Amino acid sequence: MTENDKIIEEVTQSDYKYGFVTNIEQEFALKGLTEDTVRFISAKKGEPEWMLEWRIKGYKAWLKMEQPHWQNVSFPNIDFQSIIYYAATKKKKKVNSLDDIDPEILATYKKLGIPIQEQKVLAGVAVDYVMDSESVITTFRESLKEKGIIFCSISEAVKDYPDLVRQYLGSVVPQRDNYYAALNSAVFSDGSFVYIPKGVRCPMELSTYFRINAENTGQFERTLIIADEGSYVSYLEGCTAPMRDENQLHAAVVELVTHDNAEIKYSTVQNWYPGDKNGKGGIYNFVTKRGLCKGVNSKISWTQVETGSAITWKYPSCILKGDNSIGEFYSVAVTNNYQQADTGTKMIHIGKNTRSRIVSKGISAGKSQNSYRGLVQIHRTADNAYNSSQCDSLLIGDRCGAHTFPYLEIKNNSGKVEHEATTSKIGEDLLFYCNQRGLSNEEAVSMIINGYCKEVFQHLPMEFAVEATKLLAISLEGSVG
Amino acid sequence: MLSIKNLNVAINGQQILKDFNLEIKTGEVHAIMGPNGTGKSTLASTLAGKEAYEVLSGEVIFKGKDLLEMSPDERAREGVFLAFQYPVEIPGVTVTNFMKAAINAKRRHFGLDPMDAKDFLKLMRQKMELVEIKKEMMSRSLNEGFSGGEKKRNEIFQMAMLEPSLCILDETDSGLDIDALRIVANGINKLRSPERSFLVITHYQRLLNYIVPDVVHVMFGGKIVKSGGKELALELEEKGYDWIKDEVAAEA
Ligand SMILES: Nc1ncnc2c1ncn2[C@@H]1O[C@H](COP(=O)(O)OP(=O)(O)OP(=O)(O)O)[C@@H](O)[C@H]1O
Ligand SMILES: [Mg+2]
Repeated sequence: MTENDKIIEEVTQSDYKYGFVTNIEQEFALKGLTEDTVRFISAKKGEPEWMLEWRIKGYKAWLKMEQPHWQNVSFPNIDFQSIIYYAATKKKKKVNSLDDIDPEILATYKKLGIPIQEQKVLAGVAVDYVMDSESVITTFRESLKEKGIIFCSISEAVKDYPDLVRQYLGSVVPQRDNYYAALNSAVFSDGSFVYIPKGVRCPMELSTYFRINAENTGQFERTLIIADEGSYVSYLEGCTAPMRDENQLHAAVVELVTHDNAEIKYSTVQNWYPGDKNGKGGIYNFVTKRGLCKGVNSKISWTQVETGSAITWKYPSCILKGDNSIGEFYSVAVTNNYQQADTGTKMIHIGKNTRSRIVSKGISAGKSQNSYRGLVQIHRTADNAYNSSQCDSLLIGDRCGAHTFPYLEIKNNSGKVEHEATTSKIGEDLLFYCNQRGLSNEEAVSMIINGYCKEVFQHLPMEFAVEATKLLAISLEGSVG
Repeated sequence: MLSIKNLNVAINGQQILKDFNLEIKTGEVHAIMGPNGTGKSTLASTLAGKEAYEVLSGEVIFKGKDLLEMSPDERAREGVFLAFQYPVEIPGVTVTNFMKAAINAKRRHFGLDPMDAKDFLKLMRQKMELVEIKKEMMSRSLNEGFSGGEKKRNEIFQMAMLEPSLCILDETDSGLDIDALRIVANGINKLRSPERSFLVITHYQRLLNYIVPDVVHVMFGGKIVKSGGKELALELEEKGYDWIKDEVAAEA
């Protein structure tokens, strides 16, 4: 093992060690998840033996781990026994027409400007929609195939491109990485697989939205994106409509790998059910996202807009191994009512002249708690590394909280690290000032938020940015006045 | 334009305006002077509709409508403008974007489409000239890092942009250097028109040298206790407020 590989191994495993106590004695009811469950899932999916072994390794790692509690969020212990790991994801209530849907949800769809047909799909109404989209998807895939781009579900990839999957799966987020990653490794349902061959610039934004099977794969999603030498891809995660989901726990894993001179741009707009105004229900979103800039001059850029989920913790990270590689993290995290978010990033500088940029914008309203947690690590090998971090918090009203936890670990003195943080507040005086110029509270908040988030939104693909803007307005609706 | 009758206003349970009366005709400029803490800003905030100010009784008619019935933003769109004594900072929102939002909110109120970009820029340029504001200012976050004088000047710029019917200026002159005072006063004078009324709150007679008022009021103890022509301001400058207080005491 080279020194670099050792460092990678160390950092890819350090999630679990990092920052939390492990001496809590806990008893887990494992009835819902046994080795047989894992075997069952694998068999159901008709997976080859190596895949099953890989899952079992994840399961065994998970058995030895404890649910982490170091984040600045609080929630009752998750009952893993009550989770159904395979068929469960289809637990959605069957509805036959839009009349059966909560009018509040429909109103939201309408505000987002989602066509009726799509509204039905999102709300889970049985419609004949697949016919349409299938043809779209087929043409779409054909044109990608011509360029040698592979874009399919990870289940398909396991069967059709086993060599690629075996080579890369778990190479950035190993099974034992952390509690939820281990869980995901054991039981992952599905997700996306992308491979961009050498020198190819993917001609369109790839999005889960266009993928068949996208439905009901959310709970334990696993995504793997590989950009070979000199290639480029922009990937959009999720669709931006407020899909109501009954699932309580989402534990996804996303792995990105860029080779020499390659670039991956990964954008997320997450707006899962945040629970009701009193803090009941909602999704726990515990995600492990990590990118490895393996090659020289490679670049990984995470852009995220988080408005949903009752509890979110995720830290999209970049391991900057290749010399001159670049990691970026642009984030807007909104919490309202009783939502809790603990998000941020990790930039691990290993290669020489590696650079990273962090722009985090937290917005808290209602009684919510919003934390930024960021780690910048500059290893001994990383000569002339550079990081700049900008962490801003915006408070709406005075019952919410914003917290910032920046961590720095610098082992090479040629590095340069800049950190800036601000906190501002939308209070009565500010709103009154805007009112006095003719703006309603809602208009004022939306204007201020858009100004505040501009730096992040400009990194989103155009249509995504527009929707993100609308989403923000919706999720903050009623937070003032 | 504006008719205030027997207005009583309290804040935090403490009554500030007491049977306040004021009549401003269209096209007139009224000045209000008075000692600190007498309720001048309270009057301005009440007219603009700030929530903390509780109207106990009384009536305010603005352009024939019941002003007290309207929300603060509605009042603004209907043409009430308040140049704040202490303008707030809005991080991340440029002056340009703020003005665009404000103008379009007003246009929507009157059933008009948003102003197109070309017309908007033209209007901006015109009004910038009026108060001699530099172009660079427009792309900075509103009031963020502005000097005291720059904030005041920016208030008048916004007033010029929004073309209100009733302009309330709360100590716009304080904190301005001599040149800025002249520039701001000139700007205000250019906005004077037969369709527009002004309520100018000030402590200093010198502003009224530039903006010559039709009526000067002296406010004391939450109401107007004396009104007169522009000479009244000179007299106050010379003699202070004590003689007014004495007069009030004698009447009581
Ligand atoms: N939020 C508040 N709570 C309690 N009292 C208040 C509040 N705001 C204003 N007041 C009081 O109301 C009175 C009138 O204040 P106001 O600001 O209207 O005076 P002013 O005439 O504008 O004074 P100045 O010339 O100093 O600007 C003062 O005594 C002030 O302390
Ligand atoms: Mg005052």
